[in-house]
Amino acid sequence: MGNRKQPIVEIRNLSKSYRRGSEVISVLENINLDIPEGEFLAFMGPSGSGKSTLLNLIAGIDGADSGMILVGGVDITSMTESELAYWRSINVGFIFQFYNLIPVLTAFENVELPLLLTWLSRKERREHVEAALRMVNLSDRMDHYPGQLSGGQQQRVAIARAIVTDPTILVADEPTGDLDRASAESVLGLMALLNREFGKTIIMVTHDPHAAEKAHTIITFEKGILGAPV
Amino acid sequence: MHLFKLIYRNTFRHKQRTWLTILGVTIAILAFGILRTLVNAWYAGVEASSSVRLITRNSISLVFPLPLSYKEKIQRIPGVENVSYAVWFNGTYISEKNFIPNFAIEPESFLEIYPEYVLPDDQKAAFFRDRGAVIAGRKVAERFDWKIGDTIPLIGTIYPGTWNFTLRGIYHGAEKNTDETQFFFHWNYLNESLKKSLPNRADQVGIYIEKIADPDLAPRVSEAIDETFKNSLAETLTETEKSFQLSFISMTEAIVVVIQLVSFMVIIIIMAVVANTMVMTARERIGEYAIMKTLGFGGWHLSVLIFGESLLITTIGCVFGVALTFPSAKIFREHIGTYFPVFTISLNTMLLSLAASTLVGIMAAVAPAWHATRIRIAEGLRRIG
Ligand SMILES: Nc1ncnc2c1ncn2[C@@H]1O[C@H](COP(=O)(O)OP(=O)(O)OP(=O)(O)O)[C@@H](O)[C@H]1O
Ligand SMILES: [Mg+2]
Repeated sequence: MGNRKQPIVEIRNLSKSYRRGSEVISVLENINLDIPEGEFLAFMGPSGSGKSTLLNLIAGIDGADSGMILVGGVDITSMTESELAYWRSINVGFIFQFYNLIPVLTAFENVELPLLLTWLSRKERREHVEAALRMVNLSDRMDHYPGQLSGGQQQRVAIARAIVTDPTILVADEPTGDLDRASAESVLGLMALLNREFGKTIIMVTHDPHAAEKAHTIITFEKGILGAPV
Repeated sequence: MHLFKLIYRNTFRHKQRTWLTILGVTIAILAFGILRTLVNAWYAGVEASSSVRLITRNSISLVFPLPLSYKEKIQRIPGVENVSYAVWFNGTYISEKNFIPNFAIEPESFLEIYPEYVLPDDQKAAFFRDRGAVIAGRKVAERFDWKIGDTIPLIGTIYPGTWNFTLRGIYHGAEKNTDETQFFFHWNYLNESLKKSLPNRADQVGIYIEKIADPDLAPRVSEAIDETFKNSLAETLTETEKSFQLSFISMTEAIVVVIQLVSFMVIIIIMAVVANTMVMTARERIGEYAIMKTLGFGGWHLSVLIFGESLLITTIGCVFGVALTFPSAKIFREHIGTYFPVFTISLNTMLLSLAASTLVGIMAAVAPAWHATRIRIAEGLRRIG
């Protein structure tokens, strides 16, 4: 699998460590990785091996110590904080383990949130939001608040929010980690669909072998070292 | 949707906490408004004073009188346009509780020098004609339900006996801050009576009031008056009406300063209360702020949310507080109004309340907004779950 197309993500000599007091914990050491466009990639590996750390670096929500990350040919490691924020709003869709919806906003408003940063008109925003919610099969739950939705439904709203801006890459950190079997199945089905039908590049961290099965490629972490793509 | 909607929803997420905070702001602004109004009322007498009026009193103390014979001499001093005089009578109406400032005056010259006490012409003429007549301010007349023609008895304290007056006029103030609580009657009426009962206290006045042509003349004329009576039996002290009023107020100025301090302390206390609410609120939402940052929202957006929420709380509190100031001031006026002839909430006080509440809203949000702006996304997200 793999190199069907030009890589959308290129990682070069990437290192990341955390400092805890005087102790420096090296999490990622000299990582090199290419992710082709249209890929559905899963990161697996033991807890604390640095999966989330790498995902956050690719998504531009954390900074590297050294090395380079190119997304769509653009080096995101050299961007300032506000450049990165703008870049994220256009290029990255996020799906987290705990849905991360704003509890005081309805499903519709949560999905609309990232569009407030665009120049779209109210009407255009409405169209985008409705299309995204239709995609995740929640058109009838638009006016529900997160507290009125099941975990699986909330995660689907989060997916709608992630895709509403039509980002370059989708990143998902244990998207099914908090869901029961059936809900997980529907969320994974949705992600597979987005990858297959809409060509979305998806990078997913998971502990669940069942979830990893949906991916084209699985990379296993071992203490900051990447295993060969499988 | 707009960010303002999110501000609104965030504000009322914890209804009880928010309303309690708003209640705190309301009470603080109410207290602030009343205290400011009290301070203003204190100074109202000074502000209402005219810069073309001088007051001459006995240089030893206000309680010592001046001879009536000074009038002519003062009249001849260059710069003096008119002279009048008054005696602090200090009579009691029925009971000590009914405090009414009452003075024996020389009607024609007095009303000429105090044009802010406005009377209809017929009432004025009736007052001048009848030596037993009295005029009263609109507020006292309303308070005791006096009608023209009523007989009003005062019990003398300085001048013993019961003194009956006929109400011939009710004056109203030309300005908003004119004192409408006073009671003026003929000095002659008092003097004629004293001539018979206490001859050694007759032909004396408490103060002289001079009208001068130009405020700039005040120092020169004052000096000339005091010079005239130097080395005479009763030496004089002449000053502007404003400093005369201030000399009364200075006796209680310490209290006024304390009231002013308390009014600002109230604001500082509520600042701490609102800041506490905002810190709690922002801490609970660190995860949500991290999500918004992830989506591309900047520190600026988060600041709008936090400042917006804080200002919404303080502004609602301010509106309620200012609204409640009016009925409270009314109650205040009804109970102790006669001590403060002017007890109205000024526009200035309302603007000051608004400014104070805005300041509170801003100060309370500074730390949480700063914190939210600086939180690193990866850290913030870690707090969820
Ligand atoms: N902010 C931080 N400060 C200090 N250490 C950190 C920080 N974030 C992560 N780490 C450490 O870095 C290592 C990798 O963390 P990471 O979250 O990437 O692991 P993970 O593979 O996603 O684990 P899990 O499967 O449990 O989610 C861990 O040892 C973790 O304790
Ligand atoms: Mg993780």
